[in-house]
Amino acid sequence: MADSNNGRRVDLPFLDTTLPFDLAVSRRDMLKIGGAMSLAAFIAACGGSATPAGGTVTMGSNHSDAAEKRGMDAIAAAFKSSTGNTLKLNTVDHNTFQDQISSYLQGTPDDVFTWFSGHRMRFFADKGLATPIDDVWDKVKGNYTEAFSTAVKGNDGHVYGIPVDYYPWAVFYRKSVFQAHSYKVPTSWDDLIKLCQQMKKDGLTPIALGDKDGWPAQGTFDIINLRLNGYDFHIELLTGKQKWTDPRVTATYKKWAELTPYYPSGFAGTTWQQGADTVVQKKAGMIVFGLFLSQEFSGPGDLDDLDFFPFPDLGTQYDAEKALDAPIDVVMMSKKSPNLSKDLSAAKSFLEFYAKGSSQLLLFKNAPGFIPTATDTDKSSFSPLQTKAAQIISNAKRITQFFDRDSRPDFAGANGMQSFLLTFLRQPQADPTQLQGKMQQFWDQLPQEA
Amino acid sequence: MGNSTTAAPARKQEASGAGAAASRGRKRYSVLTGVDKWQLFLMVGIPLALDLILIWGPTVASVFISFTNWNGYGQITAANVNGIKNYQVLFTQYLFFWPAVRHNLIWLAFFGLVATPLGMLLAVLLDREIRGTRIYQSIFFLPVVLSLAVVGFIWELQYAPTEGFINNFFPLNRTGHMIDWLGDPNINLLAVLVAASWRHVGYIMVLYLAGLKSVDPALREAAAIDGATERQIFFRIVFPVLAPINVIIVVVTAIESLRAFDIAYIINHGKNGLELLSTLITNNSISEASLVGFGSAIAVVLLLISLVPIVIYLSRVMRPERS
Repeated sequence: MADSNNGRRVDLPFLDTTLPFDLAVSRRDMLKIGGAMSLAAFIAACGGSATPAGGTVTMGSNHSDAAEKRGMDAIAAAFKSSTGNTLKLNTVDHNTFQDQISSYLQGTPDDVFTWFSGHRMRFFADKGLATPIDDVWDKVKGNYTEAFSTAVKGNDGHVYGIPVDYYPWAVFYRKSVFQAHSYKVPTSWDDLIKLCQQMKKDGLTPIALGDKDGWPAQGTFDIINLRLNGYDFHIELLTGKQKWTDPRVTATYKKWAELTPYYPSGFAGTTWQQGADTVVQKKAGMIVFGLFLSQEFSGPGDLDDLDFFPFPDLGTQYDAEKALDAPIDVVMMSKKSPNLSKDLSAAKSFLEFYAKGSSQLLLFKNAPGFIPTATDTDKSSFSPLQTKAAQIISNAKRITQFFDRDSRPDFAGANGMQSFLLTFLRQPQADPTQLQGKMQQFWDQLPQEA
Repeated sequence: MGNSTTAAPARKQEASGAGAAASRGRKRYSVLTGVDKWQLFLMVGIPLALDLILIWGPTVASVFISFTNWNGYGQITAANVNGIKNYQVLFTQYLFFWPAVRHNLIWLAFFGLVATPLGMLLAVLLDREIRGTRIYQSIFFLPVVLSLAVVGFIWELQYAPTEGFINNFFPLNRTGHMIDWLGDPNINLLAVLVAASWRHVGYIMVLYLAGLKSVDPALREAAAIDGATERQIFFRIVFPVLAPINVIIVVVTAIESLRAFDIAYIINHGKNGLELLSTLITNNSISEASLVGFGSAIAVVLLLISLVPIVIYLSRVMRPERS
């Protein structure tokens, strides 16, 4: 326990001394102390037993849902029997894990941890809080499609994450509703608009939306901007290398405004679950969302009736990219784990193990929203919906991670883009240039992300 | 307690004699025994230390951090100090600051002009020993027991556009005629204020009822015998007698308005018309955004505003009772 006490010590830079706890307590630090204390308890809990014959690797996991936890336990058991190494899971509530991630990684993190690909992965790599794992990637990259190779790399070109699962964003609908009205799946923008008009005539809400939490609308911005202006522009825009006042962004908002008449009124006060429920109840025809919306289709036969199509082409050169939001969950290796030097080989063997389809399936069987990323995954147990989901991702030449994973969190958040998009959606027909000016002003006012 | 009445004059004696005694080099005389001193040290020292560590330490640190661009990573170095940049950005560029200030002021006005007077009215009515007064008291007090997070959750269910009680009870959930209580930035603050008042009214009622119970009934009887009406008795007799309680009520109202947070945060993390200073602090410094320096600057502004009612409140509470 003496060790863990040292771990709690925080240097006070401006007092040039070390106290047993931090007086410069921001709430973040309180979390840090709290986290360190639970970590200390965790270390104490596993420190007593003698080191087993094989190595040990500790893992910080955000899979706090009961079904996901069962999946991770199954992976730990399989890892043990396959390699003789032990995987110790430190499971933390999903949202808490996300809120505390920066203090967690700066304190005494586990050897490996669950995280997301995209800007946020690169951010922690830049901060020196993650260990490059190029050697592991070299061994397992044959088991991944080309699209993953950019998703695992940091700004320095090194590999920082092993992709373990993902899910696509697409347009979801009920097969029975489309059959009853003999609707056809639209493949072009004009078809989509015509379908919306027809649905409106038939008394349906054409496109469901529940944007109270602010992020669901970002999915639609992503896909329209990707189709209209291409992957490179989209990523550069989200990371500040392009201006929000660019006429190409204006075009995106104007295009989007063609779709907004088909949204329900009251979308700004409804959660995504309430929005998705209108599709479940056959009151709404379609919804642009991630595969995890399937959890709302819980009634008998509902899930079998759920289907989706990729967002239609817009007739630009970028249609060929077939780009889409498919947030990839990765496992990363921390830098500051006190045990990492001892656990390094076991940690790498675990990353290799988790890169196998058979390992990823163990989580997938318990939590069907997490589609395995490995090419050698046995897809015979997939439902038709899951097969199709895996297929549209593998067809994509470019994969984005979703707005708030591809951009700075302070820009994408509640007092940021979430607010701006809600403002846009309130008066979508208005000239967007003024709002674009605000977006750029907001970006410019943010401090350097150093 | 018996000790203190005798100790006070004794201490006075000592104070006047101490200067002379010291100059004559005689041993200093104290009424406090060694045990007393230890007790004093422990009973004052421990709370003082806790106060310094838990209240003043973080406060001073927040003020310090507000002059830096610290983002929560690594240590604060001289390079992090950026002077008043945070405040400059906050007052001149940050798009969400002035709306938040305005919403806090609206909150204060609504509580001060609607919710608090309503709570006082309920207290006066319930003080009249009407039938079932205890039942009414319990009903009005019930929301106070609930945390604001729970209150927020309850009212979310009332306000939800498609599934909520209000829009379904009054047929307001048809597309095109829907009232989006929480999503329309023109009305969602008012909707939230109704929810917050639901709790605040009960809180004020209990505070004021306690004050009313302490008013000497003889005062009212005397006034009634002199021919005063009910209205006159309240405004001319009871209300002035309750002056100390009135100040506390005013200050409680101000503090509750300034620290308003939970309901707005539960509903949509304080955006789209529900920006408050407190939610801006949270969204900037504790979330993944990690703009700790900037968030601290907002916190310092809120602290300065809050000091006004807090100082008034404390000077009232700490003032020795006049006999």
